[in-house]
Amino acid sequence: MATDKVWVVAESSGGAPTSLTLELLTKARSLGSVVEAVAWGDDVASTAGALGSHGASKAYDVGDLGNALPGSRVAAAIAAQIAAGNAPDVILIGTTYDGRDIAGRLSARIDRPVLTNLVDLTVEDGVPVAHHAIFGGVQMAKSRFTGDGPGIFVVRAKSFAAEPDGGSAAEVVPVEVPDTGATDAARVLERHVEERSGPQLDEAEIVVSGGRGLGQADKYEMIEELAKLLKAAPGASRAIVDAGWVPYAYQVGQTGKTVKPTVYLAVGISGATQHMVGMKGAKNIIAINKDQEAPIFSIADLGIVGDVHKVVPKLIEALKARG
Amino acid sequence: MNVAVCVKQIPDPAAPGSLQPDTKNLVREGKLILDDSDSYGVEMSLQLAERAGGGEVTLVSMAPHEETSGLRTALAMGAAKAILVSDDVLAGTDALGTAKVLAAAIKRAEPDLVVAATESTDGYTGTTPAQVAELLGLPSVTFAKKIDVSDGKVRVERQTEAGFDEVECPLPAVVTVTAGVVEPRYPSFKGIMAAKGKPVEQLKVADLGLTPDQVGVAGAREEVFDVAAAEERKAGEVVVDEGDAYERIIAFLEQLKLL
Repeated sequence: MATDKVWVVAESSGGAPTSLTLELLTKARSLGSVVEAVAWGDDVASTAGALGSHGASKAYDVGDLGNALPGSRVAAAIAAQIAAGNAPDVILIGTTYDGRDIAGRLSARIDRPVLTNLVDLTVEDGVPVAHHAIFGGVQMAKSRFTGDGPGIFVVRAKSFAAEPDGGSAAEVVPVEVPDTGATDAARVLERHVEERSGPQLDEAEIVVSGGRGLGQADKYEMIEELAKLLKAAPGASRAIVDAGWVPYAYQVGQTGKTVKPTVYLAVGISGATQHMVGMKGAKNIIAINKDQEAPIFSIADLGIVGDVHKVVPKLIEALKARG
Repeated sequence: MNVAVCVKQIPDPAAPGSLQPDTKNLVREGKLILDDSDSYGVEMSLQLAERAGGGEVTLVSMAPHEETSGLRTALAMGAAKAILVSDDVLAGTDALGTAKVLAAAIKRAEPDLVVAATESTDGYTGTTPAQVAELLGLPSVTFAKKIDVSDGKVRVERQTEAGFDEVECPLPAVVTVTAGVVEPRYPSFKGIMAAKGKPVEQLKVADLGLTPDQVGVAGAREEVFDVAAAEERKAGEVVVDEGDAYERIIAFLEQLKLL
């Protein structure tokens, strides 16, 4: 499988490509000579500048989806292009709610496997190679496709840095969506934006995450207060998300978000492998845990063996005193 | 309302994972357990069937060696029956192959609704439910944090980057649930005893109308070809709190000019 033509499934938010889309476009430039984007929405033209400046020569416009979910239609539009002879060699899709829908449906439609949870993508012997962090990031596995046809790769956020190359705006090319039958029947009735003050989890310079060591759900307030004082984003381990203490959107880890902040402060988190995958990329790690044997201490730059209910309130008081 | 729920029986996640040196497949030996992620799907399905006032929950699973220990847990929670696909030719099956097997098995249950976890704890590919939906020609709503069914429609609160969307979808449909959405019930003693007598239909790949080249290593058309130790992150300083450890954290942040 050559890697001449690379397509990036380009998600956007508020008329601009998401940071993950720009990360994927930047990577795509190093993989193939032709980089093109597949976008949708009521105003793809408004994203053409940013898509172009990050390497896309064309933006295939699937059109306004109205209240439909993107999975079925975007996958169908890509599959139709492939069937018509306009097939890319590599398709890059972000690990997002919609991205995984598109990847799954596209995979089934064109009967091609999909490689997911990539943290890196290289070309070895002319073949694209996916890198996966496994067993909590202790090992790295490399995988590749063995058959012919486009390779579908689903990539985790923050795997690459987004860098513009100064290209001109992408040419917007409308594409047809074939009949999607019943697969496209879901409709969004209402969109709810949950107000979250402070920085986003995957963009914050400091992330403060809480885990089971907090003891009970209402103690998570401590994490939120500390995060606010540090202008940090609050996060969580899978254990307390599964326990229903905080929403899924807060989860850092293999099944949640990947974060790469300057400082990751793990409070009452033992360091299960599934959590480590999501936060090991932090430049600095501070951990507070009463169990001296907790795995988190093996990767922490500063480990505090102590009771989170004593250490954190003092930290909060001291930060308040500084104003 | 009849609900089919996809469940995966996985090695205990608390035990250290490993890969087979030759095939690089995940080692799946010893007793398998019900994936924690799936216990939410099972609970949600039971609640939906109970609220509908009729119908039953059917488990659909693919596992080696006719493994049923995880299925028994879900049956003990209250599922009525299970369909298990177990076949030597399935070794090395990837996500798409798994979806083909599950889709074919689900068809036999003729469900009104298909429920699955967003991803498994061991493989965490996260694309199988969407592949199943596409193969069955059904709509799907992924990342549900709340599900209601009425008048032949499913209404879902779907997690988004910004918050959540209220999504409506006609049945039959595939819905995936995130963890923590419901409190999975513990199997009662009565439930555990009852589970022993509940039907588990055992199927081979050929029973599903699939050919061996659509599954297993041959069907995967992808391979893990190299596994190596990742760059190690070294432990830094570890201090025992004697009432002043918070000062160390402040000093650390000051040094990075974050305070």
